[in-house]
Amino acid sequence: MPEQPKVGVYLCHCGTNIAGVIDIKKLLAYVETLPNVAVARDYTYMCSDPGQQLIRKDIHEYKLNRVVVAACSPALHEPTFRKILQEEGVSPYFFEMANVREQDSWVHMKNPEEALEIAKDTVRMSVARTAKLEQLEPKQVKVGKRALIIGGGISGISASLDLANAGFTVHLVEKSPTIGGRMAQLDKTFPTMDCSSCILTPKMVSVSRHPNIKLYTYAEVKDVQGFIGNFKVKVLQKPKYVDEKKCTVCAECVKVCPVEVPDEFNANLSWRKAIYIPFPQAVPPSYVLDEENCLGLTPLACGKCKEACEPDAMNYDDAPKEIELDVDTIIVATGYDPYDPSSDQEYNYGFFQNVVTSLEMERMLNASGPTSGKVLRPSDLKEPQRVVYVQCVGSRNERTNLYCSRVCCMYAVKQARQLKEKHPEMEVRIFYIDIRAFGKGFEEFYEKAARDYGVLFTRGRVAEILEDPKNRNLVVRAEDTLLGSPLELETDLVVLSVGITPTVEADEIHKILKIPTGPDGFFSEAHPKLRPVDTVIDGVLIAGTAAGPKDIPDAVAQAKAAASGAVSLMAPGVYTVEPYYALVDDTICGGCGTCVLLCPYQAISMENKRAKINEALCKGCGVCASACPAGAIKPNHFTDEQVISQIEQAIAK
Amino acid sequence: MTEMADRFEPQILGFLCNWCSYAGADLAGTSRTQYSPNIRIIRVMCSGRVDPTFVLLALKNGADGVLIAGCHPPSDCHYLTGNLKARRRYHLLLKLLDQLGIERQRVRLEWISASEGEKFARVVNEFTEQIRALGPNPLKAS
Repeated sequence: MPEQPKVGVYLCHCGTNIAGVIDIKKLLAYVETLPNVAVARDYTYMCSDPGQQLIRKDIHEYKLNRVVVAACSPALHEPTFRKILQEEGVSPYFFEMANVREQDSWVHMKNPEEALEIAKDTVRMSVARTAKLEQLEPKQVKVGKRALIIGGGISGISASLDLANAGFTVHLVEKSPTIGGRMAQLDKTFPTMDCSSCILTPKMVSVSRHPNIKLYTYAEVKDVQGFIGNFKVKVLQKPKYVDEKKCTVCAECVKVCPVEVPDEFNANLSWRKAIYIPFPQAVPPSYVLDEENCLGLTPLACGKCKEACEPDAMNYDDAPKEIELDVDTIIVATGYDPYDPSSDQEYNYGFFQNVVTSLEMERMLNASGPTSGKVLRPSDLKEPQRVVYVQCVGSRNERTNLYCSRVCCMYAVKQARQLKEKHPEMEVRIFYIDIRAFGKGFEEFYEKAARDYGVLFTRGRVAEILEDPKNRNLVVRAEDTLLGSPLELETDLVVLSVGITPTVEADEIHKILKIPTGPDGFFSEAHPKLRPVDTVIDGVLIAGTAAGPKDIPDAVAQAKAAASGAVSLMAPGVYTVEPYYALVDDTICGGCGTCVLLCPYQAISMENKRAKINEALCKGCGVCASACPAGAIKPNHFTDEQVISQIEQAIAK
Repeated sequence: MTEMADRFEPQILGFLCNWCSYAGADLAGTSRTQYSPNIRIIRVMCSGRVDPTFVLLALKNGADGVLIAGCHPPSDCHYLTGNLKARRRYHLLLKLLDQLGIERQRVRLEWISASEGEKFARVVNEFTEQIRALGPNPLKAS
């Protein structure tokens, strides 16, 4: 016999978040009239320790066997309150959260009367549902010590090293032929002016030498199935046509290769051959034959690189490899792409040769870059005397991206300082909306640029760039918003400070792993403040710019946080998952097999003409239950009775 | 009597997928996007969990409209294909509503992701107006 429900209902004020809109006194008086309610109380912050104590005390005093908390979204505090029940000896699944903040007080702020009605209905639905809740046992899954890290930029590298050093096995998958990511393209880093590759390349080498890290470059994750502790990953590795173990990076193949294509690593400012190494410090240190640009491999059209290769490292018969990995946790660190300003008509990027992006400038400033560290105008390869920076290109703009890309202010200031170091006589002007120098040492760095280096700052967004067709000089039109007057300025070179955007590949990962993304396309964290590197998918974490724009220190900090999050998931060896699987009542099951066909996980089989659900495979979507003609399938915690109890109360007056 | 009190206020029941639309509704909250106070929400793990009988029961109990919201097809579904099954059932359910003499506009299927708080608010507003124009559920009186 099911015991008589004794429900305790707790109304949270959430400071004024809820109580500022909903009349808690009236709500409390209403709740007290509901059937099965043994006690109802309100408190400023139910999630605080004194709030929790109220529930703990009442559980014993009133012998409560059900608890409803009317507060925020269950996504936030359901685990908090369930834990209280568990600790006080009541099944945590006898808890129900009534969402009266996100879905009530915050969306009906100007309509307190209706908000109260909604709160009454929501709590009534929850109380009714608790009577139908059932005792469930949490499911435990085994978790091993293997992590997959997607993306080999500075975030992926940092997370890999932390996990590997802690004794975990890391599979690091990188889509390009080398690890290093965007950071490898940068010259110096703000505000310390460290040389980017000097701090990055030793880490890259550590990754390649670490016994616990298995590195897959030129490879992409194609499919992920399973769950925490049991992810089955398919990786497709593209053929490099060069045996990494044999290649000595002698460059003989490059000399004979007849194909030249723009070099992506140098922001297309120089050329590379079809057989190439992305940059001299690439890891793994090996050439790669880019099959798209090679004159032809089947049938072989040229074959010069093979002739030139003394160590006989060329293998034209190389083929794509499908690699299957079993991992326990996944860290997604897919990084960013620089914003492409081609579609912003006002800047004429791509039409005017002397309009360049900040990444192109970064490569020019680099001593091993395409210009050996000289800053040159693309039109005539002369050194510019006047340079203008345009801030917030692809950021803080309704037509492109609303968000701030967080790094552009500081890298523009950094580049401006580098320009002034090389050419003190050069006029360098930055057009900005505001300078956001928010990090450690940033404000000092910015002030020094203006005071000691003589970088000019003009507040105002650039409206238009025009070109003098004779000398290819540019005219920048803007409004100086401090003086309140329009401004027209001739310059030799314009640098667009382009923002950070999610990568194209991130969209694939979003589809494969089902990690939600925000409106801007970056991966969403499970909670923006308290769970910044977790996702809503158990065992899947995010790090670096894949989760939103950030600079190198923040990306590394987040990568280390994700590594630590993965450790805390893997170290105990077991992980508790919600027992939301479905059960078949084989006294009712007619054996029609409809559910077998519908299950997306092949978790249902027929045994003795009855459906049988494999609990380990079932993820609890409930698609089978809603199709079962006999009503024989019960998805735990979302049974027909439970949902119907809510439906019946939703409209009742 | 004010003008407001005369107006028919539809009662709408929404079945929202835990992973996308419920989170989208939460996002409308965190963004403080205000919308019509006509919807009551039931959280389900997947739009594919919404048994057509749930919808019929809601209508029988007097709901003027029922919203089912899930993840964008084809591939956003947390459970691979639950949203596609929800869509298939939805179209069959519409035929059944025709046979029962219930306006098919009373049941609406929408795809709302976790990032679409604004869309959730817009859908609730639009649907509320759609049902308001349609008038009360004829089953309600009985």
